[in-house]
Amino acid sequence: MRIELKDIHKHYGPVKANDGISFTVAPGRIHGILGENGAGKSTLMKVLVGFSQKTSGLILLDGKPVDYKNPARAAELGIGMLYQDPLDFPLLTVIENFMLGQTGGFSWPQKVFHKQFAGLARAFNFSLDPDTSLKILTIGERQQLELLRLLALGIEVLILDEPTTGISSLQKATLFAALKKLASEGKSVILVSHKLEDVQVLCDKVTVLRQGKVTGEMTPPFQADGLLEMMFGTPPAQPDRQHLTPGADVLVMTDVSGSGGRTGLKDCDVVIRQGEIVALAGLEGSGQGVFLRIAGGLKLATSGCIRLQGCDMTHRDHHMFQRQGVTFLPADRLEEGLIPGLSITEHFALLADRKGPVVKWHQARQAAAEHIKAFRVKGRPDSEVQDLSGGNQQRLLLSFLPSAPVLLLLENPTRGLDVDSINWVWQHLQAYCHRHTGIVFSSSELDEILMVADRVLVFFNGRIIMDVEASRTDVQELGRAIAGNVAVGAA
Amino acid sequence: MPTYLRQTRQVAITLFAVFFFTSLILLISGAPPLSAYYHILRGSLGSWNKISHVIKGWIPLTLCGCGLLFTFRIGLWNIGVEGQVMMGAVFSTALLRLGLQSQSPGLFLAMSLAAGVLGGAAWAVIAGFLKTKGDVNEIFAGLGLNFVAQGIILWLIFGPWRRPGVASMSGTETFPVALWLPKLSSLRLSPPALVIVIVALIATGLLLRYTRIGLNLKAIGNNPNAAFLFGLKPGRYMIVAMVFAGGFAGLAGSLQVSGVYHRLLPAISSNYGYLALLVVMLCNYNIWLVPLVAFFFACLNVGSIQLPMVLQLDSSLAGVIQGALVLAILGVYAWRQQNRRAQSAESIGHRA
Repeated sequence: MRIELKDIHKHYGPVKANDGISFTVAPGRIHGILGENGAGKSTLMKVLVGFSQKTSGLILLDGKPVDYKNPARAAELGIGMLYQDPLDFPLLTVIENFMLGQTGGFSWPQKVFHKQFAGLARAFNFSLDPDTSLKILTIGERQQLELLRLLALGIEVLILDEPTTGISSLQKATLFAALKKLASEGKSVILVSHKLEDVQVLCDKVTVLRQGKVTGEMTPPFQADGLLEMMFGTPPAQPDRQHLTPGADVLVMTDVSGSGGRTGLKDCDVVIRQGEIVALAGLEGSGQGVFLRIAGGLKLATSGCIRLQGCDMTHRDHHMFQRQGVTFLPADRLEEGLIPGLSITEHFALLADRKGPVVKWHQARQAAAEHIKAFRVKGRPDSEVQDLSGGNQQRLLLSFLPSAPVLLLLENPTRGLDVDSINWVWQHLQAYCHRHTGIVFSSSELDEILMVADRVLVFFNGRIIMDVEASRTDVQELGRAIAGNVAVGAA
Repeated sequence: MPTYLRQTRQVAITLFAVFFFTSLILLISGAPPLSAYYHILRGSLGSWNKISHVIKGWIPLTLCGCGLLFTFRIGLWNIGVEGQVMMGAVFSTALLRLGLQSQSPGLFLAMSLAAGVLGGAAWAVIAGFLKTKGDVNEIFAGLGLNFVAQGIILWLIFGPWRRPGVASMSGTETFPVALWLPKLSSLRLSPPALVIVIVALIATGLLLRYTRIGLNLKAIGNNPNAAFLFGLKPGRYMIVAMVFAGGFAGLAGSLQVSGVYHRLLPAISSNYGYLALLVVMLCNYNIWLVPLVAFFFACLNVGSIQLPMVLQLDSSLAGVIQGALVLAILGVYAWRQQNRRAQSAESIGHRA
């Protein structure tokens, strides 16, 4: 079945998660959708499978426009999705899961299903026992089961979301063989991934997304450099700032490991110095978030030693780090950074010095008005923060920063901002370096990293696999390092 | 003030829903709704004596409501307020029993109020620590502690504090008049209790509006993660909120003993704690509506006692009306939530 997407838009409030996406998947083809986290892949897939409703745009099946409101209706039309975490019922057996969605009426002809299941499993070389409980299966096996179930439902367009995460290499080979067989039978397969190597071996065509837009398409032979450039953008024209000579050590991490996120953090040795801007690069969830949280005392390291300006801070909590001059700015503004339901004035009242039991509302209102003006926030002192746009929320967060912190930890400080706002943010942040503040930030934009950072740390699977001065590297080298390929000697 | 207008409108809509549902139920059970309402009105506000009955219910309702504003502010569902009322009553009774032979009953009366506050607060802190240290949901902890408190009261009444000769559900022996809160003899109403409630209302309003505690509770209630980054410790403030809620509830229990019943009863809390939860929800957590709504609830409570006698309705109908009340309130609450969501979606749409 041919599936065509025309100018798909999906907006969440002011955020344009999908901003005019068009592509076509021909029957019998495996089509790759490549992009960094936050590029809009998941949103697009949710729209495709009927999980969320598109803001505008058209989906055509075999040339006919279709409109569906839920995944069940999409399945009737022949569109099915294999989720990263298979959506199945752990308490049921394999065959019971297989039958789900196919059964109607009162009698369940078990024998028919057993026969159908055995036939399909044999055809794809899956060895699944129909009577085992789902609880003891691996993710790879559950994926196989889900695939068979979707086929039994008569799926013609199969969407796979990061299918190679968490499965063994043998299961990966079996899965890829199965997908190729499906394509040869005339079904359309859409593979969503941020893994270059999967896309390269499997796909007949690749569409690359970045910031909600299609940045390019490619057919084999695939060039990694070209795909990386589409994923991460072109290198900037000129880095336009004077780099200061770094001063004394601010933060020293020795052999630090931590848990959390997808990969945790493993054996990290890092020194951050005064007046230095250090960028954390890597695929989202490769350990940058855990690193920032351990560096800010929001998470305890499982081993290793953290020193802040010579003081041992290994087992201290965040409030202790705060008192030592560490400020952490989380990526999720409304989840972690700001307090929905509170006005800007109330936020400044929280920040004001905590002497006496009475809130000094007058001072707080004044502080709010001053900062709104200085940071060009579009809002009034009594505006509640959830009513501000993303860019204004970010400006407001930046206005909370103390005037001379020792260390600033910023998680994706410019995500979702337009170019103007990004430039403004960095102008503001660079001023801190002259006050001997060390700045560490994570970003998925390599342009940004090369433009503002003095030094880049590349994370891969929870490890820092590259520590390089920004002036001595380029987008290509960083892109390869992000994908796990480090030239000998670079680390 | 547009927000005040909006809130008033919401209360009006809720009241309309309440009357609609109760009328429906009255019609189904074969009672003429208008005359039923008339009798409720006459039964609650028909004479000074009846009004004083209403105020006797209004006092614990309002006190519990004040306390619950603190826990709702920080996002805790303090269902345990009922048990906190009971423990306040128990601690007060214990203190008054010590004062039986004393030459200065006034001192013991004052100390019994303090003991009530302490008892309620202590009982609330148990639920608070279960929440912050043991990760036990405060609703389950509170509900469990309510049963324990009820058990303790029954044990005291039938055990160590039983009346000489006859232990019965009618409670412990009545205290001598010297240990009663002073009353207006004609109305059986206690002016000190009224003063306490009004002070409690004003204090709660000031605390929530003008002090760091109020601001911090609100911040943590709206986003504990961000509040932590602002340097606040959510766990600590949850305990603070529980102390306030339990303290006010304990005070209500204490006044029930020293100002109303003058002994410990199995039903000393009269479900005022549970009812106060509804009062505060109905007020949309706005303190200045609490006394008004509490008064309305108290009127209904007192007025519906008349129905079985005057209209020959089954006495359980009063309970059915209260149930309908709760449903109507929850319905309006759900409607309001949905409205707010639609509104915020719209405003986001405008910005985009």
